[in-house]
Amino acid sequence: MLSRTAANLFWTGRYTERADFLARLLDATARLSSLPSTYGGDPTAWSGALAAAGVDELFAEAHKEEEPTETTVVQFLTVSSENPSSIRSCVERARGNARAVRTGLTREAWEALNTAWHEVMRREGLSKSDVREFTEAVQRAVGAFDGAAQRTMLRDDAFWFLQLGAAVERADNTARLLDVKYHLLLPRDEPVGGSLDYFQWSTLLRTVSALTAYRWLYRDTVKPWLVADLLIFNDRMPRSLACCYDAIVELLDYLAAGSGRRGAAHRQASQTQLLLQEGDVKTVFASGLHEFIEQFLVDNNRLGLAIAEQFAF
Amino acid sequence: MSTPFDEMNGWPGGEPRPAYTQVKAWLEEAPAELLQTRRAQAELLFRRTGITFNVYGDPGGSERLIPFDIVPRVITAAEWARIERGLVQRVEALNALLADLYGPQEVLKAGVIPEELVHLNPQLQLAVMGHRPTKGVFVHVAGVDLVRTGPDDFYVLEDNVRTPSGVSYMLENREMMLRLFPDLVARANVAPVETYTDLLLETLRSVAPPGPEPEPTIVVLTPGPYNSAFYEHSFLADKMGVELVEGADLFVRDNLVYMRTTEGPKRVHVIYRRIDDAFIDPLFFRPDSQLGVPGLLSAYLAGNVALANAIGTGVADDKAMYSYMPEVIRFYTGQEPILGNVPTWRCREADHLAYVLDHLPELVVKEVDGSGGYGMLVGPHSTQAQIEAFAAKLRAAPEGFIAQPTLALSTCPTLHEGQLAPRHVDLRPFVLTGANGVKVTPGGLTRVALTPGSLVVNSSQGGGTKDTWVAEI
Repeated sequence: MLSRTAANLFWTGRYTERADFLARLLDATARLSSLPSTYGGDPTAWSGALAAAGVDELFAEAHKEEEPTETTVVQFLTVSSENPSSIRSCVERARGNARAVRTGLTREAWEALNTAWHEVMRREGLSKSDVREFTEAVQRAVGAFDGAAQRTMLRDDAFWFLQLGAAVERADNTARLLDVKYHLLLPRDEPVGGSLDYFQWSTLLRTVSALTAYRWLYRDTVKPWLVADLLIFNDRMPRSLACCYDAIVELLDYLAAGSGRRGAAHRQASQTQLLLQEGDVKTVFASGLHEFIEQFLVDNNRLGLAIAEQFAF
Repeated sequence: MSTPFDEMNGWPGGEPRPAYTQVKAWLEEAPAELLQTRRAQAELLFRRTGITFNVYGDPGGSERLIPFDIVPRVITAAEWARIERGLVQRVEALNALLADLYGPQEVLKAGVIPEELVHLNPQLQLAVMGHRPTKGVFVHVAGVDLVRTGPDDFYVLEDNVRTPSGVSYMLENREMMLRLFPDLVARANVAPVETYTDLLLETLRSVAPPGPEPEPTIVVLTPGPYNSAFYEHSFLADKMGVELVEGADLFVRDNLVYMRTTEGPKRVHVIYRRIDDAFIDPLFFRPDSQLGVPGLLSAYLAGNVALANAIGTGVADDKAMYSYMPEVIRFYTGQEPILGNVPTWRCREADHLAYVLDHLPELVVKEVDGSGGYGMLVGPHSTQAQIEAFAAKLRAAPEGFIAQPTLALSTCPTLHEGQLAPRHVDLRPFVLTGANGVKVTPGGLTRVALTPGSLVVNSSQGGGTKDTWVAEI
């Protein structure tokens, strides 16, 4: 496959995944900020969302001294053109990448993405009551794209690069979320069941659509160390770091099967996969959750560069 | 101007034409709302698919839809048979002409065409003089523009043998009609067009340079997503199952062309290029071109890669050369042209120029190397001031212009604000030439001037398209 085509598909995968993550993040944050503070309602929830999306500095630049409010953050994360990572920018870039390589996608997959683009582009400002409808539309659109790709694309390089981009982005999103919220997960002395952080933890789970999954897996009330275990090490949870890396290594295996060569990206991904397979929450908490996540983000970023290098993007 | 010939209703006061029996009955039965609904549906579907074109010089740079009209343009199989023979004859003559101009130049020695018209032509590519492309084919894809002025009067308006576009609309318009009106299409016995992309692939394969590889690698070369015809480039690559490449995806080593893939370089044998000569190789042509491939010309001259169309075909389709086509056809085929030319005054000739200057209000004047409907004067639709300004341009550089009578182009019923109204149409059939001869897909792209009375059908100037049916009746 053409290197440029591979690069475009990889980024289509990344941008659609990011748009989906931002939509979930907005939903979960809206829910958290609407709680009274006696139940853990968090007035800083919206600045937390900016940090989880990795655009807190960009926001500060664009809004000078203003404190983030619900209105400005929602605008910034959804339809702002000042924010290169807003949902609108992501969908626009995903569609731009896909359009440049129309031949890499099936007609069904392309049409799903093109429809999403029309859907997003027709919104200018979003009033408060429109936000939920917007985020749901985005999730539906990404789901439709993903579904069309799954159902109609040949299982070859084009499909694998698209999935690879999505998996790398998914790992990055989950890790960034953990990076912003890690302090909530640290053990401390509080009466069991009386924690105000309960709503914070459940918000974290909601952001990755894992609240129900948590209950099925652990059959327990929400405990911070189990939340960390679910999001980092549980390979059955599709947005966990472990699951993302299983997918990444598998996709790189498929890609290597064509050429018979395994490159630097492959070796690096396998190392991280091993770390996630053999690690556990106890050890990570002992050696520092924050440091672990920071290192993971650096490594995941390096993997993106190694993939570009290996496949001559 | 008198009332023009109508594709459905014939001359004013005449009988409705047999080609339209089915369509006319359907139009009379169908409630007006249904037509409107279907039209809106078509627009929605085109948008969803992203069948758009980019307009140059539009600061919005946005993607626009070419308006699609749901009333088909119908030609009978008998009418088509003559058109097809005429097209085959004409494209064969064009290929013979190009082989001659870049070879022995017999046509100049015989005095059929004035030498300076060829030697001073900026489209004559000296770099490929004496080069014979693989299998001797220059024009693999031609999009010949035809106009009609009466029941049996079809004329060639332009030959378009560089990188003609529009074939994706021919194919997508049919898909749309099949989706919106399946019964009507079935009832009307319409010849299918969907084989075009297979024929194109076969044509491209047939001109691959000889080599040990059993399967030649074919690519479509596009200037990129900002080009006005990008949708078409991706569409064709997709339908043929070949890679869509940009200049930067290709490179030349030891006179062989490769594309950069995730598994290393891969040799390329045939390039269906949708980039003009001037941009194709910055080492030989425009050095500022970011679109081309350095060294491509050398690989081409070494016979290691086939380009479709060949380099230098533009010399055969400028509008001054066009005026000699009837003589060119007689010279190479020994036959009378089946499809006539529109009478053309060459402003390069003093007596022609004098006539043109005297009759500007009734003529259409075009730049000899212009395209897309830009830079032309339509006399009957111009103000006195516009005509005078154009006359000054014409006097300053007469060799740059030709003039033609303002033809009463045929009209076809077209949906306009819920009502049917006659609008002028032309027809661009697509003609493929490979090692195995010339093939024409039945039909083509009908372009329609949507502005009442307008004769300019170009999409860049507000034209629309219709599905074109070749129907057995």
